[in-house]
Amino acid sequence: MSIDITMAAKVAKLARIKVEDDALPALAEEFNAILGFIEQLEEVDVEGVEPMTSVTPQRLKRREDVVTDGDQQDKVLSNAPDAREGFFAVPKVVE
Amino acid sequence: MAELNKLTLAEARDKLRAKEVTSVELTQACLDAAAQAKTLNAFVHDTPDLALQQAEAADATLAKGDAPSMCGLPIGIKDLFCTKGVASQAASAILEGFRPEYESTVSQNLLDAGAVMLGKLNMDEFAMGSSNETSVYGDVINPWKVDSRQLTPGGSSGGSASAVAADLCLAATGTDTGGSIRQPAAFTGIVGIKPTYGRCSRWGIVAFASSLDQAGPMTKTVRDAAIMLETMCGHDAKDSTSVDLPVPDFEAALQGDIKGKTIGIPKEYRMDGMPDEIENLWSDGTAMLKDAGAKIVDISLPHTRYALPAYYVIAPAEASSNLARYDGVRYGHRAKLSQGDGITEMYEKTRAEGFGSEVQRRIMVGTYVLSAGFYDAYYNRARRVRTLIKKDFEDVFAQGIDAILTPATPTSAFGLGEMKDADPVQMYINDVFTVTVNLAGLPGISVPAGLDKQGLPLGLQLIGKPFEEGELLQFAHTLERAAGFVAKPEKWW
Repeated sequence: MSIDITMAAKVAKLARIKVEDDALPALAEEFNAILGFIEQLEEVDVEGVEPMTSVTPQRLKRREDVVTDGDQQDKVLSNAPDAREGFFAVPKVVE
Repeated sequence: MAELNKLTLAEARDKLRAKEVTSVELTQACLDAAAQAKTLNAFVHDTPDLALQQAEAADATLAKGDAPSMCGLPIGIKDLFCTKGVASQAASAILEGFRPEYESTVSQNLLDAGAVMLGKLNMDEFAMGSSNETSVYGDVINPWKVDSRQLTPGGSSGGSASAVAADLCLAATGTDTGGSIRQPAAFTGIVGIKPTYGRCSRWGIVAFASSLDQAGPMTKTVRDAAIMLETMCGHDAKDSTSVDLPVPDFEAALQGDIKGKTIGIPKEYRMDGMPDEIENLWSDGTAMLKDAGAKIVDISLPHTRYALPAYYVIAPAEASSNLARYDGVRYGHRAKLSQGDGITEMYEKTRAEGFGSEVQRRIMVGTYVLSAGFYDAYYNRARRVRTLIKKDFEDVFAQGIDAILTPATPTSAFGLGEMKDADPVQMYINDVFTVTVNLAGLPGISVPAGLDKQGLPLGLQLIGKPFEEGELLQFAHTLERAAGFVAKPEKWW
């Protein structure tokens, strides 16, 4: 599987990282080097092998579905680049 | 008193309890050493006032008697750990200015045990790197130096490794996703242990690859690793993958001997082109464990060569998901927007400016392997291979192997900048001996075992059974005593 410039641009878009057009060829080349390395995995016989979901045998712990925390609006917003009137502020999303 | 910063945790603990020193004296000695070592670029956020306050409180507790296990011991904390009110930015521009409102569970455990935090330590950006050259703070420099070159301390916990090796702190925290504790420990002649997945809570540690990440101590001796690991571990309801198992007394586990235990030597770790020095170190280490009464058995871990490619699917996939949160909305950097830019432009520009090139590369590789049409071919296949890698280990443990001995790294520390033009895969090879352990969720420890002909430290890795860190530390302690590694870098900084 080879990645071309169109695919590199698509991946950058999906990852929400702006990549200038003139940087795309080098990016595609890097992807191809990494994917070429990853493609060794095709040699492995994985027939009937389950994909790992948990490396430890334990079942995830559960707890009562109740509120355990909250009322910390100031703390939640304290690191925001733009917080106004108790909310995170972002550029206009809908017209 | 001279050079208190050079003490081990155990020595300092005993001196504190014998009232031979105070925590304030120890802390000041470390702060002074760190202030003279700015060249190494290990500490990136200094907290001297906080440290001295904590040291005074520790001295008061010690005076009353019945002090907790790490009371008064000054340590450094990797920048990946969220520390309340103190900059925590995972060495990334995207977390510029971030000051958490909360403390990570592991650092809280250390503070609760009386440890003194000297400051935050440099690392590779988001723990992605093997040379500490991807940090927004700049490269960390290894205190070991044999010619005009500046050497890498390894990565990603390079600041922690450099600081411990140069005696800027008595010990430090690290994290390990593919070798980020063990490789830098080996490159700087110190001890580093990654515990079994689930031993340390991941809560409050900036996430890279959640199914692989584990915190652990980086220390001057195996005994210190036992002391500090015990403090860091423990069940935490805030991390659903943290295991609810009692934490043994790891320091007590160092007693006793390894007679009759079985050590496996995996043939797949003998790589083509491996330097003779690494090969010889490995044979010497094997002989040392044999002399101590262990039985040596050749074993096979047949899927070893697929560990790195599987890792470079799974870790980027998880990273692409974990790092989606850095969007310029809730914390950290937000790009300046142009007239007419909407929210998508904000995300794209913020992430392009905030993430360094290696982080961007891994996010995009992860995005690709998880995207429609490729998920099965890459991500699911890698997870199947991971199952097989774990089974390799289960099989040898079922045959009666108690621990596995391997080299920690394929080379000694290399020069900063030497890998600049190499393709990214060449850098990934650094983790070839360590990454299997993360994929299988096992505990692994790097122990300094000798110097190469240039005079640079080399480490050996011991891999243990799940949740048998006590036994693993006992093997490591035996190896440490037999190897008798006492070399320290000559001070040039």
